[in-house]
Amino acid sequence: MKMLVCVKQVPDTTEIKIDPVKNTLIRDGVPSILNPFDGYALEAAARIKDADPSSTITVLSMGPEQAKAVLKESLAIAADKAYLVSGREFGGSDTLCTSYIISEAIKEIEKTEGKFDIIFCGKQAIDGDTAQVGPGIAEHLDYPQVTYGLEASVEDGLVKVKKETEDGVQVIGIQTPCVLTFTKPSFDPRYPTIKRKMAANRANIPVLAFADLVDLDPNKIGLKNSPTRVKKTFVPQKKTGGMKIAEETVEDSAKKLFTLLSDSHVI
Amino acid sequence: MVNYLFATEEQKELANEARKILEKELKPRIDELDEANGGLGGYPMDVHMKLVEAGFYGAYIPQEWGGLGLDPVTLGVIYEEMGKIDSGFAFSFAGSGCEFPKILKTSMPDEEKQKWADKIINEGAMGSFNLTEANAGSDAAAIRTTATFDEATNEWVINGTKCFCSNAPTASYFICIAWTDKTKRASEGVTAFFVEKERGVQIGKQERKMGLHLAGTSDVIYDNVRVPADHVIGQVGKGFAEALGGIKGAGALVNCCSSLGMAQSAYDQAVEYAKTRRQFGKRIIDFQAVGFMLADMETKIEAARALMYESLVCARDGVDSKHVDMMIKQFITDTVMQVCEDAVQVAGGYGYMKDYPFERYMRNAKIYQIFGGTNQIKRKNLMKVIAGKDPEAVRK
Amino acid sequence: MVNKTNDFWVFVETNEDGSAKNVGIELLTPGRELADKQEGKLVAVVIGHNTEAAVEAASKHGADQVLVVDGPEYQSYSTDAYAIALTALVEKYAPRAMMIGATNNGRDLGPRVACRLETGLTADCTALAIDEETGKVAWTRPAFGGNLMATILCPECYPQIGTVRPGVFKKGEETEAKAEVIKEDIHVSEEKIRTKILEVIREMDEDKVDLENAEIIVSGGRGVGGPEGFEPVRELAKVLGATVGASRAAVDSGWISHAHQVGQTGKTVAPKLYIACGISGAIQHQAGMSGSDCIVAINKDPDAPIFDIADYGIVGDLFEVLPILTEEIKKSRA
Repeated sequence: MKMLVCVKQVPDTTEIKIDPVKNTLIRDGVPSILNPFDGYALEAAARIKDADPSSTITVLSMGPEQAKAVLKESLAIAADKAYLVSGREFGGSDTLCTSYIISEAIKEIEKTEGKFDIIFCGKQAIDGDTAQVGPGIAEHLDYPQVTYGLEASVEDGLVKVKKETEDGVQVIGIQTPCVLTFTKPSFDPRYPTIKRKMAANRANIPVLAFADLVDLDPNKIGLKNSPTRVKKTFVPQKKTGGMKIAEETVEDSAKKLFTLLSDSHVI
Repeated sequence: MVNYLFATEEQKELANEARKILEKELKPRIDELDEANGGLGGYPMDVHMKLVEAGFYGAYIPQEWGGLGLDPVTLGVIYEEMGKIDSGFAFSFAGSGCEFPKILKTSMPDEEKQKWADKIINEGAMGSFNLTEANAGSDAAAIRTTATFDEATNEWVINGTKCFCSNAPTASYFICIAWTDKTKRASEGVTAFFVEKERGVQIGKQERKMGLHLAGTSDVIYDNVRVPADHVIGQVGKGFAEALGGIKGAGALVNCCSSLGMAQSAYDQAVEYAKTRRQFGKRIIDFQAVGFMLADMETKIEAARALMYESLVCARDGVDSKHVDMMIKQFITDTVMQVCEDAVQVAGGYGYMKDYPFERYMRNAKIYQIFGGTNQIKRKNLMKVIAGKDPEAVRK
Repeated sequence: MVNKTNDFWVFVETNEDGSAKNVGIELLTPGRELADKQEGKLVAVVIGHNTEAAVEAASKHGADQVLVVDGPEYQSYSTDAYAIALTALVEKYAPRAMMIGATNNGRDLGPRVACRLETGLTADCTALAIDEETGKVAWTRPAFGGNLMATILCPECYPQIGTVRPGVFKKGEETEAKAEVIKEDIHVSEEKIRTKILEVIREMDEDKVDLENAEIIVSGGRGVGGPEGFEPVRELAKVLGATVGASRAAVDSGWISHAHQVGQTGKTVAPKLYIACGISGAIQHQAGMSGSDCIVAINKDPDAPIFDIADYGIVGDLFEVLPILTEEIKKSRA
């Protein structure tokens, strides 16, 4: 199987704090990480490769030069090759434009590497949280898709995906080429190994710039061609706290809570 | 966050990766593991295997034997970082005295040596160094374990009981130091042997210790254990030097690095505590009594670190480190004990409670002044070298 | 795509039995307001099989018009069948804006269709309005794990599309069913559907966790300490007829399954009562439950951020508080 995994470098949103004076996000000093959902996608691809060692995994990221760090991390975890798509012209793209650029980059890479059988994506990026780019790539490539994947396997050329639903799990059969997006499975993704890390540090990561995507329509990218734009951002209003119940004993506190809740007909 | 000022980007990456794995796999469970098995603790093999899979175990094994050939400085940075999470685990993981170079010094055929290199790298096979006995601690020559040669089978038969053996409960192989010729002096009559567990080595009950609960420690019993002649490490009769000489620099590696990481962690957390704890309307860190303590703690840690890495750099670059190797163990481990004890003091009553890690660091720190050669013995050794022989001493 | 009408569409997702999923009906509430502001009709779009119940529900909850696409190929959701049908409808009627419930299927379908129509989609909206300046829909949604809110416009493309999570809006009162029902004859042949459901594994009924529709949720977090620690949480939930929820910390530690997770990467809930036990209330968790009518927090740590948003808080050990609370409730019901 020839596989491609799309990865994104994101700020670790669990570490983000709010500036109490300016009421804005403090982005300085927040570590950048590999988007966790992309990590799950990479693990899914790695498992297919474990079962069929002749498979290859290529990783692709659209971002600034610093994004090479997550490409290197992906190489250290399981990928064989990496590409960065980077250029001023791409800046400000919304999800429609981003998925277009990425699908064009995939087509460009396929000119030399051959067609990919499966494109893997994380379900969503933890900064944008939109979950739109994966299906967008599928649409631009006109491939079938399965989202909310947990695991995937290949049997006689057919891809089987375990998909999370609101009330359980479904197993979906899908033909290649296809796009799969992944959410958190019950197992942990593998750690990078030292050997792979050291090799990844020395790896050459080609950069695809605007000029390299020869079939790309410049009227479909960037801020001015994005159908959605941000009108404003603000820090969410926090609900202010209510009353603290602190009676003599814990027992009294619990009883008081019960009284308050039942008096106000909440229970 | 690697503290060594001259750590390269790659060293930092490796150390941070090992640390990341431990933070996820070990840190949330330390309290539980520390008290497991009725308070004995025990070495968590599952965490060990995660690091094995990531390639950290046996990383020092030379590339020609399939290892990564990481140098002593790199290993030091990694072990120090691991020690910040738990020094007992890092100490066991680093496994001193039983490294692959000892196996290389046997006269086993190359395939056999390669087999063990593979076992260590791929399966995480652990070793245990067996010297100390009930009646032979600092007086190592007083050991009673013997190995007699059986001409008929070309084997050595080992008998004796070793105690306080680190990693014994999880080891696949042992380095056993035994008398082979009691008519000679220790420097000529003691031999070091490589013994696989399957040869019938028996492991005693795990010891109940003050601290270092994540390291497994027990007796090792040799009851007519037979090993082929080619399992002798180095030369017959020259085992004492093998055991005590230690490997320059590598002696620092395990004890010093793992414990220094712990001291750094104790200090960092003591600072944080002192910055948040308020008494008499002030942060306690703003009282000189406490602030001075922390200032001294940090200074001592940096000094210990500088000395340690000087030794490791010498080992890596083949520079004669003169007396530095004879200083590091006692200087660093005395520093570690002092820092961990002071950290408890800074944290006050809370430092004494098991809700905070300070008491565990202090309990862990004590043993470092004792094993690997007591700090008193280390001073004796340095003293002897400095003093030289008294030319006017009357020969007995 | 051009825009032909001022209508506001709500995609009403159906279950396999043809009934409407709650979220579609919930969205008719804000849909009504926005349709009126846009001076257009509120149109419900129902795609499924044997959809009479769904059509009726949409009609009874304020839809002016219901467009129905019914066929066996739509009984189970598939990206291809639904994307083809929905796109065909949109291309025929060219509405101004459309809302899709952000269920797993909705989040699969929305971006695919938006891409096909080359228009903008705003996902997981928590508030909707009409932007005064442009007259377009202002879609407000969380980003950065809930740390930041963004208001998005789709100023030039049509239809403007947004997805909204279940539970964000509440179902309106039922009224008379007055909608004009139009059956659209759109069918998708089998070979156009490129995925196939091979197996369906439903969680055991006890494991079926319906957080979004729960009136009361009792949630456990890191303070619970382990899987057994959920016992008092479950006990309290039982006497209250509540659903058990969990914070990401408890789920990540493996103490309870992901289906119970409330928060930015779990479910968004807005029950009448949310009882947070041993939950610190990190922003990612708050993002999933701050819309609850009444929040009760029980935590040993007096500085836990959850107390900032709790209506009632007890600084104490949940293992002491919960059994007493459970007892009091049992007594009152005896």
